[in-house]
Amino acid sequence: MPRIPRVQLLVTCLVDRLFPDTGMAAVRVLEKLGLEVDCPATQTCCGQPAFNAGSLDDARAMARHTIDVFSASPAPVVIPSGSCGDMVIHQYAGLLADDPVYAARAKALAARTYEFTRFLVDELGVTDVGATGTGTVAYHACCHGLRGLDVRDQPVALLDHIGGIVRTPLAEHDVCCGFGGLFAVKMADISSAMLARKLECIERCGATTIAVTDVSCAMHMAGGLHRRGSTIAVKHVADLLAPGDAS
Amino acid sequence: MNPISPLPFLRRAEDALGNAHLNSTLRRVTTRIQDSRNAGLDRLPGADDWRDHARAVRAHTLAHLDRYLDQFVTNVEALGGHVYFARTAQDAVDYVTDLAKARGLKKAVKSKSMISEEIHLNDHLERAGLAVVETDLGEWVVQLAQDHPSHVIMPIIHKSASDVADLFRRTLGATDAEVADVPAMTKLARERLRPEFLTADLGISGVNFGVADTGSICICTNEGNGRLVTTLPRVHVAMMGIERLVPDIPSLGTVLQVLARSATGQNLTVYTNVITGPRRTGEADGPEELHVVLVDNGRTKVLGSTEAEILYCIRCGACLNACPVYQQIGGHAYASVYPGPVGAVLTPALWGQQDWADLPHASSLCGACREVCPVRIDIPRMLLNLRAKGASEGRTPSYITQGLAMFRRVATHPWLFGVAGKMAALGSRAIAKNGWISRMPGPLAGWTQSRDFPAMASESFQDRWKKRTPRGHKPGETP
Repeated sequence: MPRIPRVQLLVTCLVDRLFPDTGMAAVRVLEKLGLEVDCPATQTCCGQPAFNAGSLDDARAMARHTIDVFSASPAPVVIPSGSCGDMVIHQYAGLLADDPVYAARAKALAARTYEFTRFLVDELGVTDVGATGTGTVAYHACCHGLRGLDVRDQPVALLDHIGGIVRTPLAEHDVCCGFGGLFAVKMADISSAMLARKLECIERCGATTIAVTDVSCAMHMAGGLHRRGSTIAVKHVADLLAPGDAS
Repeated sequence: MNPISPLPFLRRAEDALGNAHLNSTLRRVTTRIQDSRNAGLDRLPGADDWRDHARAVRAHTLAHLDRYLDQFVTNVEALGGHVYFARTAQDAVDYVTDLAKARGLKKAVKSKSMISEEIHLNDHLERAGLAVVETDLGEWVVQLAQDHPSHVIMPIIHKSASDVADLFRRTLGATDAEVADVPAMTKLARERLRPEFLTADLGISGVNFGVADTGSICICTNEGNGRLVTTLPRVHVAMMGIERLVPDIPSLGTVLQVLARSATGQNLTVYTNVITGPRRTGEADGPEELHVVLVDNGRTKVLGSTEAEILYCIRCGACLNACPVYQQIGGHAYASVYPGPVGAVLTPALWGQQDWADLPHASSLCGACREVCPVRIDIPRMLLNLRAKGASEGRTPSYITQGLAMFRRVATHPWLFGVAGKMAALGSRAIAKNGWISRMPGPLAGWTQSRDFPAMASESFQDRWKKRTPRGHKPGETP
């Protein structure tokens, strides 16, 4: 039985506008496990794009807003993204270290914030959510989740308990796909070359679906696959744990 | 100065990406050497503890660098060596050229030294009339080709064996038999280099580590050339960055434990020499004079900055091999003597962002560099620091600063965020075909050069959530 009856979902701006199905899937999984899910309506963006570009004042403004939104309730915060999760958990405290009010609030928020798959496996102790699916699935480890939050075995454990799917290995599964936020635009040639190498591995691995823990990387790889005319899908783990749109 | 290329970073990267020969060579070699590195560390019991310990050694040394430099200098001088502290690159080259003139030295043999590349020592010595011969095989190839190293430990990672065979035919007049394969070419190099060792009167080496409490210098080479360079000529000049110290022999052991494993996967570099002073009375071998040139060239400034940690670097090259950007573009695209992730930090940290503003952005921040660094330098953290510094110096393109400032205004006003999101969704759906956008305008065109962009959803998550949980709904209720 879950020890935490209620959570807040930091849905992320990309999920909100580009992949709402993933957000709804995450909600269904959490509710199926007996949790009450809040999703504060005033949440926007965690500020990572500005932080990574070096525009720290802009990043601080967005971080303070996010801290305000999620400090209204003491409930744990779950984020279906290792990248935004790393921002809140590891970057906010440093970014706001000199802020007399928000330095402490940033630390307090970080201490009760969790990436989605880590929350399920490490906090709730759940690896089998009773999901079923079809097809062959390969796992790509998204960089910030892997190296920032140690999201490593948790998504794989969850995938391995989905009935009806076959999991297959992906060569270079822990090498960056070349997204990197604005990097993909600023350094488009290098980013495209990194993506091409990633897509070669994906096309060779025999999977029908690539599972990830960040929709940003999914968007990048899926965009490349679509350009190539490939039918391979790239899905967030939440989409595979609660397939279909039942909202 | 002798720049690698006058082109801006993105053009150099573009050239590298268009070079299929370079791409396949980089991919093959970086894959193989990463496998070796992983195996090398797997063989070391408690490898993670060794790495923590090595980091502690470097952190401690740099925190007390003034004291250890003082101790090192005192001990080298007590052994009969000379020490010169060069504040700038020019000071360093002047000292060596003046020394060569004063002693009437005519020919220098060199073992591998990144700091001599940094200060362009060869050019200056040649202009002063000395013959200079690189004796590390890779560095010799670079010299013959009038090229630049593209990796800190594998200077010719960008060249294939057939490239080197062609070079030897062209510059040395080698026969087909002499360049038939790598062993044949290595034999030819030995034959050509041996007389150079025997006739040189100046030996110039780098220094992997200076040992403060013994005044020793440690030089690691796999070819044995370092031994010849430091023993045969009558004068030995050892060039070292001021940060390359360890306190004592046990701490030298600690850093050596992780250096070769991280670099090549070897347990220890084949020739790991610890040299303590010049030849002593009654000894048969060794140079008559030992000069240690300690080079600052920006390091003191870095030591006092938020990038101080980059000086922990022990130059193993693991971060280059692990970097997916380096794997695509190689070292020359960085145009710095220090390429890859460590170079993207060290170069602008040492010499400012005036000429190097692009380097901190040449990373997807994937963190692979931090993961493999034997002394756990948080390279992504420092790339972010440098990006913030660059932004505060006005080096960020205006489309990014203005775009982010606008995004901030929107993202700190939830109602505006909702309205702007709806408008963006409408716009994106208007230009999308079957849910995908294949051409985006302005700077975003970079994205669509190789990938499509998904149209935004007609109904956002928040819209759907509102419908699902009407106002006044109590948590826990199922609407």
